[in-house]
Amino acid sequence: MRTRIAYIASNTFREAVRDRVLYNLIAFALLLSGAAILVGQISIEIEKLVVINLGLTAVSLFGVVIAIFIGIGLVSKEIEKRTLYTVLSRPVRRWEFIIGKFFGLAGTLVVNTFFMAIGVFVALFYVSHKFVRADALILVALYFIILEFLIICSLALLFSSFSSPLLSAVFAFSLFVIGSFAEDLRNFAGMATGVSRWLATGAAYLVPNFSAFNVITSIAHEQPVAGQLILQNTLYALFYATMALSGAVLIFERRDLK
Amino acid sequence: MKQRQKTTLVASACLIASLAASSFVLHRVDQLRPQATLDEVLFLSSPKLIKRASLGYDGLMACIYWTRAVQYFGYRHHYYATSYNLLAPLLEITTHLDPHLVVAYEFGTSFLAPQPPHGAGQPDRAIELMEYGIQNNPDNWRLYYDLGFVYYMELRDYKKAAETFERGSHVSNAHPFLKILAAQMAQHAGEYETARMLWSATYQTTQDQQIKQNAIEHLRALRVDEDVQHLQEAVTRFGERTGRLPASMAELASAEGLAGTPADPDGHPYKLTPEGRVEVRVPDDFPFASKGLPPGYKPAPKFHALP
Repeated sequence: MRTRIAYIASNTFREAVRDRVLYNLIAFALLLSGAAILVGQISIEIEKLVVINLGLTAVSLFGVVIAIFIGIGLVSKEIEKRTLYTVLSRPVRRWEFIIGKFFGLAGTLVVNTFFMAIGVFVALFYVSHKFVRADALILVALYFIILEFLIICSLALLFSSFSSPLLSAVFAFSLFVIGSFAEDLRNFAGMATGVSRWLATGAAYLVPNFSAFNVITSIAHEQPVAGQLILQNTLYALFYATMALSGAVLIFERRDLK
Repeated sequence: MKQRQKTTLVASACLIASLAASSFVLHRVDQLRPQATLDEVLFLSSPKLIKRASLGYDGLMACIYWTRAVQYFGYRHHYYATSYNLLAPLLEITTHLDPHLVVAYEFGTSFLAPQPPHGAGQPDRAIELMEYGIQNNPDNWRLYYDLGFVYYMELRDYKKAAETFERGSHVSNAHPFLKILAAQMAQHAGEYETARMLWSATYQTTQDQQIKQNAIEHLRALRVDEDVQHLQEAVTRFGERTGRLPASMAELASAEGLAGTPADPDGHPYKLTPEGRVEVRVPDDFPFASKGLPPGYKPAPKFHALP
């Protein structure tokens, strides 16, 4: 079972890294990290702040775009090209296919993040001429960004398992935007009464809370991140991704592929 | 030449020609509307709305708005503008997006508080900004120092300045001079002495070269102001004693028992006008001086002045 999942994951990874769009997006993210140096120079005393903020935002946003645009095609493309039938005619279960795809995409994003992070650190070194202990906090922000990607990958796969690529992209991107407002939704639930309170609370817990992963601003100010937050965010991302993947498996298992 | 090569050649020529033409036309358009309206408009003025629209990337948005505030102030200051309507809103948006962006409070206050052309002439907005900064960064003693500075320098409110320095002196790791400043404000000590102390403290405690340079300019201006005041008093004394004005600065110096002709910080001797006014020789060298300037003196605009 593990071998089959690993095989599908490695194939997904190889397929993803062959995609030219991926390189364009990474190049653009690296360009933005470089541009941060210029932006810092036309302002006052925020060179390092701009490099961290712009660099990590670029890593996050471009990663989200990559996750959505590759994730939404993972299943539908296989159906369209009819390669899915070849895969499923072998002793591969449908759930193994979904999980393998997830790990393949997650691996792609981790590797992308690694390269984009190198860009951020190079820009940071160019601006500061040295690394200080607090710069290690950037790794925490990057880790949170990767956790965010895991959730988005799982959501993209969930939508991809029953919908067209276009609709999947719309759904995934909308959830990303709504997830960024998750705390506002929770505040709204706190103020509402009756049925709307229940509905809003339910929605607030159902949509992914991306704001919990965003520590870029505080890290730019060298504010430490609590170990508990790292642990809880890790658990949250794992549970949420598992939930979305379970949904994807449930739908895909029942989908008529004829 | 093959058909394909011909097409490539023609298309390349068209591309270059149209690029040059569009750049030329755009240049003409810029000349027709010299003050671009884009940087004078704040399409979104609500900090809350902008914070939400930033999708959690509020740190980056704060950097963008801070850069915009710096560019806005820098541009208008360069042209000796007298109004800075967008400055306070830009700074408010910046600090709402990132309440820990200390640089926006420090520099923002020094942009907002001084009277034009050195600043926006909005000390009240500067105080609001700094109070918001202190509320969000209560452990940063420099913010108290800067706020006390505004109370003293711009509003001459000794009581508030003393209170603010006193509040700041209780912050852990606060610089010891905050206590001294608080006491000095409470005593209403000599203006030049206090101002010199404030600017010297600013010079000594900052790492920023621009702030250091600004402090040096103010210290130079203070010396000019003090010298001119003393010399002007000497002219009055001379007139009372002799019933006439001194014929030259050398005569005044001799009558006062000064060693040599008094000179400004650049070494240029002060000038004595036939009307008995003491003036600096090169007023443009002392942009912050308030005394010793020719009547009606205004710094020469580098280009055209903005409203």
